[in-house]
Amino acid sequence: MPKDSGIGASSKRREDVRFLTGAGNYTDDINVHGQAYVHFLRSDIAHGRINSIDTSAAEGMPGVVKVFTGKDFEGVGGMPCGWEVTDRHGAPMQEPPHPILAQGKVRHVGDPIAAVVADSLEQARDAAEAIEVDIAELPAVMNMKAAAQEGATLIHDDLKNNICYDWHLGEEDNDKVNEVFANAAHVTTLDLVNNRLVANPMEPRVAVAEYSRGTEDYTLYTTSQNPHVIRLLMCAFVLGLPEHKVRVVAPDVGGGFGTKIFHYAEEAFCTFAAKACNRPVKWTSSRSEAFMSDAHGRDHVSTIELALDAENNFVGLRTNTYANLGAYLSTFSSSVPTWLHGTLMAGNYKTPVIQVNVKAMFTNTVPVDAYRGAGRPEATYQLERVIDKAARELGVDPIALRRQNFITQFPYDTPVALTYDTGDYNGTMDKLEAAADLAGFAARRSASEAKGKLRGLGINCYIEACGIAPSNIVGMLGARAGLYDAATVRVNATGSISVMVGAHSHGQGHETAFPQVVADMIGIDESMVEIVHGDTSKIPFGMGTYGSRSLAVCGSAMVKATEKVIDKAKKIAAHLLEASEADIELKDGQFSVAGTDKSVAWGDVTLTAYVPHNFPLEVEPGLEETAFYDPANFTFPAGAYACEVEVDPETGQVTIEAFTAADDFGNIVNPMIVDGQVHGGIGQGIGQALLENCAYDENGQLLSASYMDYAMPRADDLPFYAVDHSSQTPCTHNPLGVKGCGEAGAIGSPPAVVNAVLDALNSGGKAVDHIDMPMSPSRVWTAMHG
Amino acid sequence: MYSFEFEKPSTIADAVAALASEDAQALGGGQTLIPTMKQRLAAPSKLVSVSGIAEMQGVCIEDDGSVAIGGATTHARVAVEAAGSYPALAAVAGQIGDPAVRNRGTIGGSVANNDPAACYPACVLGSGATIVTNTRQIAADDFFQGMFTTVLEEGEIITSVRFPVPQAASYQKFLQPASRFALVGVYLARFADGVRVAVTGASEDGVFRWSEAEEALNKEFRPDALMGLHINPANMIGDLHGSKEYRAHLVGVMTKRAIEACS
Repeated sequence: MPKDSGIGASSKRREDVRFLTGAGNYTDDINVHGQAYVHFLRSDIAHGRINSIDTSAAEGMPGVVKVFTGKDFEGVGGMPCGWEVTDRHGAPMQEPPHPILAQGKVRHVGDPIAAVVADSLEQARDAAEAIEVDIAELPAVMNMKAAAQEGATLIHDDLKNNICYDWHLGEEDNDKVNEVFANAAHVTTLDLVNNRLVANPMEPRVAVAEYSRGTEDYTLYTTSQNPHVIRLLMCAFVLGLPEHKVRVVAPDVGGGFGTKIFHYAEEAFCTFAAKACNRPVKWTSSRSEAFMSDAHGRDHVSTIELALDAENNFVGLRTNTYANLGAYLSTFSSSVPTWLHGTLMAGNYKTPVIQVNVKAMFTNTVPVDAYRGAGRPEATYQLERVIDKAARELGVDPIALRRQNFITQFPYDTPVALTYDTGDYNGTMDKLEAAADLAGFAARRSASEAKGKLRGLGINCYIEACGIAPSNIVGMLGARAGLYDAATVRVNATGSISVMVGAHSHGQGHETAFPQVVADMIGIDESMVEIVHGDTSKIPFGMGTYGSRSLAVCGSAMVKATEKVIDKAKKIAAHLLEASEADIELKDGQFSVAGTDKSVAWGDVTLTAYVPHNFPLEVEPGLEETAFYDPANFTFPAGAYACEVEVDPETGQVTIEAFTAADDFGNIVNPMIVDGQVHGGIGQGIGQALLENCAYDENGQLLSASYMDYAMPRADDLPFYAVDHSSQTPCTHNPLGVKGCGEAGAIGSPPAVVNAVLDALNSGGKAVDHIDMPMSPSRVWTAMHG
Repeated sequence: MYSFEFEKPSTIADAVAALASEDAQALGGGQTLIPTMKQRLAAPSKLVSVSGIAEMQGVCIEDDGSVAIGGATTHARVAVEAAGSYPALAAVAGQIGDPAVRNRGTIGGSVANNDPAACYPACVLGSGATIVTNTRQIAADDFFQGMFTTVLEEGEIITSVRFPVPQAASYQKFLQPASRFALVGVYLARFADGVRVAVTGASEDGVFRWSEAEEALNKEFRPDALMGLHINPANMIGDLHGSKEYRAHLVGVMTKRAIEACS
């Protein structure tokens, strides 16, 4: 029976009241007395050498406070990369400088050249137009394979080539891999592109910085998923400021999707300029700026090969990927095509030999970094597409082929460095087959054909490594940060609780789900518990929200801290009840002595903690505990998805008729929020599969630089989803048994959509092997008539 | 946005006078002009809003039975008020942009702008409408002169557009996935004296009439009449959203669907 409160209840999202009634407090809502505004002059040339910048006219314009160029930052660090990848020969990746404002060269359209701080934004824009910049244009390096060639134009003059690293994972012995493929009964090969995306959170990035001359304190308000990470990177690597003098606040944030993890030049600029100008400085990105300065996602070009034996067992898998990193290394960009991608190439299957090869390339494009799923969608897409193609080539049922190769024994050590702790892939597939009514598909196809439409069914599985941590493992893999998290449970005298968490909620519903856990553990009403997040001056040093980690990592810290609180409260209760601590039981907010009718209420104990007149002398007053939590392993959510599409053969238009998700997220705190996370993820995955495409021309001009050309999914592009998460194998190593659900939809859905479209076309007699995403009507029609 | 002066006259004569100053520009609903100004890509010295001119508002039936739409009438209003008198025209207005656009954007603004992917130019040309300005009446066939170009003079204001009402008409719009303008839109109108087919979204020369299809349909009005007719892809738009060949193909598909809707 569904619960009405606590763990397992679909409590309504309390934060939505303020979000939906216009009462949120976003960074752009923050205005500091006396603030000036910054406008960045950005390059409209993709690659060029800066001959000169003349700011003299701009400096004399009305309202101008100060004009900055790269020269003003020569004594300041550049934007750091938080993950050092080691290449296949053991050498560190090539790591070029990434200045706050361009120094010497511009390297992508949108690269900031100068910044004007003025009394008003319009004055700053006027002055920016008066800056004279002389740039000698260089050839734009756009194609990754060409960029890797000997003699290609160098984007960073001090690097030996445009390859950040040439990386390898899995089987090292090429001869062994070649032998597996040579001896295979069947080999399926597929070339595919994982299309570049722009995250497009509804709220663009904003930074407001102030500096107090009196106390030498800085405050930076910024649109971030992880304020402590921003403070650490900015203080330690960029500006050289003492962390205790810098407060970073990420208030309500209107969507992140990964792109607000990273430390951006504009944040560091505003902090620097607030002192240099002795004025608060505010920057609000326009949507146009967001397209050319927010880190982009995906952009892999891959060749994947799957070897099968005569019984259709997977015997080998090899992938060669070019991963686009853009012009500079963004904060976690180097980790995405490697440890978040190569490690997932086993998928749900017991393929014994796997080799992953990745060349990460610099190009004259916006930096690419984590976007919902980050590496795992790219791995899943390759794997699930090549399996589908193999099934078609072999004439076998794609579900049966998958089932035959599923991993069924846990824990399972993959050939690509992970240990899956638990899962039940056949059980999850059973749920999918029932929920999606696959038995009724043939009749639905006939009905579509009667209307002149082609109908297709696409199936795929996914697995992801989430709950990102553990610090000791990621440290060995090159992470320059720890990935634990932290929570402080502060019980107030009258029994209400503030929980200060390192995770940041920017749409995930933490403010509802986290209190459900604490309230459930104590047996009090959820409304008595509130989450505090997003302000380094209020919360413990946690690492923020990304990688579906908040509940698995920060939630575990919160559980540990709550356990400490309960242990201490039991000591106080034992004193009040004149009983042994070992006999105290906590249920429904009452401490009682086992086997008696003696009890004391939660509120009486908490009040005693702060009014300790009658108090155990060996116990400290107060009731507040902190815990840090670093897990033993990643978590491994997994699932099976089914998509049904109709294709209009006259126009190539694809419509999604049904989408069913069967996910195994382990235990679930709030099923409604989990449904919402899956819905949102699938929406973004369908967006990638059918609509979204960040495209450049050969000169490095961004063709899809606005919503006129970048197609975001809208409500009428999306179906009603069927989501089943009753397949639950709890995570074995965190206290809640949770795995994370934030990215699953975006990881699992693109191959389902593509597989469905190809199934539809093949059902209509069109032998189409592959169409790259987005499967726009034009591309589908062209493939049908190619 | 650069600084500019703003006037909102209540008569056409005052609007014409206000537009006489250098670099002044008429403002309808501002659905193209205002974003362009915000991006600093347009810098008129003065905007003259025509939305306060009462005689440029609303839908009425003329003595000859044609439907006249005031130049400053919003799409939302046309969608409602023309629904009885010219349903296909109302349907066009009702699927332009989104509700915000429809409640600001005006027929005069859209027709004067002549965006090559806009809906109204196809409807105006396909209907053989007459564009009425403060100085003259212009047949639709003479009005559109290619992408973003019309015969309007500096300072000339579209005061109304008069539509003869066909026996049957249909607008078939295939959406560009991002902007939801027409990737290809075909407006087909069947009059007692012949069929008109106007195409938007497809051509580098803006809205155009597909005369071969009109001739074929004048002989026999059925989808098969298009058999063997092909649009030459050479002058079609080719971009991220569709090749020239794809757009040429879609013109045929959308025309066929318009015929079916009118049959």
